[in-house]
Amino acid sequence: MTVAAELDLQSFVLLRLGDRRFALAAKHIAELVAPSRIFRFPHRTPKVEGVILRRGRMIPVCDVGDILIGKGILARRFYLLAVRDYGFQKEWIALPVTGECELITTEVTPATEHDAPHVAGWLSYNGEVIEVLNMDALTPGPAPASTRAPAPVLMESLPGSLS
Amino acid sequence: MPGVTPENPRAIRTEQIILFRIGGQLFAISSASVQEVRSVDSLAGSSAELSAPGLRKVRHVLQRSDKSFFVVNGAAHFGLPPTPGTLVFVLRRTRTALLIDGIDKMTAMTRLQSLPNSFCHEERAWYRGLTALDQTVVPVVSPDGFLTADEILLLDSALEAQHAGTAKASPGTEATP
Repeated sequence: MTVAAELDLQSFVLLRLGDRRFALAAKHIAELVAPSRIFRFPHRTPKVEGVILRRGRMIPVCDVGDILIGKGILARRFYLLAVRDYGFQKEWIALPVTGECELITTEVTPATEHDAPHVAGWLSYNGEVIEVLNMDALTPGPAPASTRAPAPVLMESLPGSLS
Repeated sequence: MPGVTPENPRAIRTEQIILFRIGGQLFAISSASVQEVRSVDSLAGSSAELSAPGLRKVRHVLQRSDKSFFVVNGAAHFGLPPTPGTLVFVLRRTRTALLIDGIDKMTAMTRLQSLPNSFCHEERAWYRGLTALDQTVVPVVSPDGFLTADEILLLDSALEAQHAGTAKASPGTEATP
């Protein structure tokens, strides 16, 4: 393999949603965890179900099944904790998946203007052509043009004053 | 020589909160934001009905000294199943009184996580953030998040129109020279 070819290789995590597999760049993956209780509370953002509690951190759960396979993910095997970049900060999002995940290293073909916004590219693996997902387009978040000040991610303690 | 108590810079600061329920859902609010807690039954003499077009979550206005508080039905605000509501929180530094189902308990929180950015609609105004208590996640409401400035303007106009209508209906109450 030439040096140029080696440079095109990237690591991806393959995730399963129903009968289909999708890929996410490995650098955007934090952890694969067993399903745990989802804490739900009133809100108006579609696709976000609630949050899970993971080592003291509250992580939103986002079911992307409707977009990717046309139906919600009911039988959940794991939550894939992926990193979502909001521009002003990065946060974890839990994506429900229905099967084992696999780490592969392969070449990627960039997406074209004809591809859906959530497609970052394409890769070929074991005779299968797999969509590489763009987390920023796939999961909800503030509009990219938003210029609001970043909110603090975690406040370890609160101001003592109650006023 | 007087004893000196050294300050502990690593002491965990806490905030007193009230855990309350609306439609079976648990919420928290800073106790410092609550000026008064009243039962619905005790408000008969100090509240009046109010109807503002397009704003169904407010049906009553509460008069406390010289200030009007708009009673927000918590279930309607959060889109929860309708409940009768038994208590009202009069919220400090706002024009809002919040109708709730009941108080669970008072406790303290030591950590508030800002609402994840995935939540990107109206809820960003509703909540100050999330806190974890006894392995449960509780949203901490923002006292300013129940009524927008536009909604308060609308309610003030409705209140003014109501007062004008009442004055017109009883002209004899005005003193004649």
